[in-house]
Amino acid sequence: MMLVGLAVIAWGVGWWVNAQLANGPLAHHRSVQLAVPGIFGLTLLVMWELLVRGLDVSLVILPAPTVILARFGTSLPILWADFMQTIVKGALSGYVLGCAAALLTAVAVDRSDFLRRGLLPIGNFVAALPIVGTAPILVMWFGFDWHSKAAVVVVMVFFPVLVNTVAGLRETDQMQRDLMQTYAAGYWQSFFKLRLPAALPFIFNGLKVSTTLALVGAIVAEFFGSPTVGMGFRISTSVGQLALDMVWAEIVVAALAGSAFYGAMAKLEGLLTFWHPSQRRT
Amino acid sequence: MKSIIAVFTVLTAIIAIWYIACVPMNIKGVLDGAERAGIEVVPETARERRDMSEIGLVISNRFAIDETWSQDRPRLPAPHQVAVELWETTVEKKITSKRSLIYHGQVTLSATLLGFAIGTGLGILLAVGIVHSRVMDMSVMPWAIVSQTIPIIALAPMIIVVLYSVGVQGLLPKAIISAYLSFFPVVVGMVKGLRSPDHMQLDLLKTYSASTAQGFWKLRLPSSLPYLFASLKIGIAASLVGAIVGELPTGAVAGLGARLLAGSYYGQTVQIWSALFAAAILAAALVAALGLIERLLLGRMGVKT
Repeated sequence: MMLVGLAVIAWGVGWWVNAQLANGPLAHHRSVQLAVPGIFGLTLLVMWELLVRGLDVSLVILPAPTVILARFGTSLPILWADFMQTIVKGALSGYVLGCAAALLTAVAVDRSDFLRRGLLPIGNFVAALPIVGTAPILVMWFGFDWHSKAAVVVVMVFFPVLVNTVAGLRETDQMQRDLMQTYAAGYWQSFFKLRLPAALPFIFNGLKVSTTLALVGAIVAEFFGSPTVGMGFRISTSVGQLALDMVWAEIVVAALAGSAFYGAMAKLEGLLTFWHPSQRRT
Repeated sequence: MKSIIAVFTVLTAIIAIWYIACVPMNIKGVLDGAERAGIEVVPETARERRDMSEIGLVISNRFAIDETWSQDRPRLPAPHQVAVELWETTVEKKITSKRSLIYHGQVTLSATLLGFAIGTGLGILLAVGIVHSRVMDMSVMPWAIVSQTIPIIALAPMIIVVLYSVGVQGLLPKAIISAYLSFFPVVVGMVKGLRSPDHMQLDLLKTYSASTAQGFWKLRLPSSLPYLFASLKIGIAASLVGAIVGELPTGAVAGLGARLLAGSYYGQTVQIWSALFAAAILAAALVAALGLIERLLLGRMGVKT
């Protein structure tokens, strides 16, 4: 019971500190803006630990953070192998292929007004569909190994990137295009010097949305059949064995990989579109 | 009008490509069947055919092309096979039948809608809290954004098993996954919407000496609706995906996800494709319904779309 009391106190203290910081004079300082969510997250973890131990929650329902951490530490080789199989081989290779295909298709579609009118509504429609459902079909075609996972990822990231790129390539206005015309710029010159840079914020929007989709596709596809390695495989078998600490360790890996992947794309966006108003820091 | 013709042309092209793709995809299966039936096939044994390219097989066995569109368990079913299966399992089957897609669809749909309602409700509440409390804004909002980059769906199998072990089963576990997926888009969109009134408008209400609650009901909430609907459309599509994925890891017996899984176990490709199309039609119908509500509601509020 004492631990439960401690959890309530930890919550109160964490909230009080955050309230002081958020309403204090330094609220707009960068370090405070990082500290407040940090403290919040830490408070949640501490409460989780105390409540699980205090209420004797069974390992089968919810393992404590320290148990998960211990499992994470002892099964690093397994987690690393799963990471390589699912994230690097499945998700990343599919992501690169799918995005490249979508970008090339977008450039081709952009050259023809007719194709754009026809393909854009269909692309928008398909982007909203539950595309993970194609996983069983693609697993059947490409086998159980990572190739089928990459194929699912290709299908999943293709449409968001395509739709965003096509929209982005229409972003320049008539004046800017006329200016390029007066410079006697050819199609490709004005494409690389004007329209592609103008489209970059849109393209990166699609690329960033697709990072999460890529991981989702690679993991869910493994529920339909996989070799005996991979994050989706590990999650579904560990759930079957009620080894929930292993499941949580895999989720930690997925969370870290997802955030890192997204962060890397956001960083790249910052480097390539430093001139865009949305990148300005006041 | 021009757009309709363009969309129609592209659709026709997609269907044509689909039919053409069926030929090389299915040719090996067709030839194996033909060999067993005693029909003369050009490379005579299956082993020789395995090393040949599909295109080469099609050229040397042109008689088999028709067959590739009407196989029983093709690798890639032709569009009309999927359409026939869809028709048979929706219109011609009784709704109570275990093979009716409408039955499976409504199982998934009810989980989707329940989860969507929970997720949207909680999301809106959290957004209201975030907008009115600086502490919540600074501590919760970064996590809401980070959580968008995490493949939350990985949690799905665990949620189901954990809830099962504490005695909750049936609709609710799937609905929780749906709720989880639709929750964050709604929070992020709603916060943006509730913040969309500019300083001039907020100041105007202040000069009317309006209370915070009045400001919320008369200004913030109405101006947030366009943002809310944009994220509701994302949320409901995510909810459907959540409900379908929630049916996968537990070997559920009913629902579109269960149809997909059963189809992939037994190699019933036509069944997989028809379940997939049913899911797509369902998603499209849900998004369209939200779009209609949006149009009616915003139209009455005088928002130009």
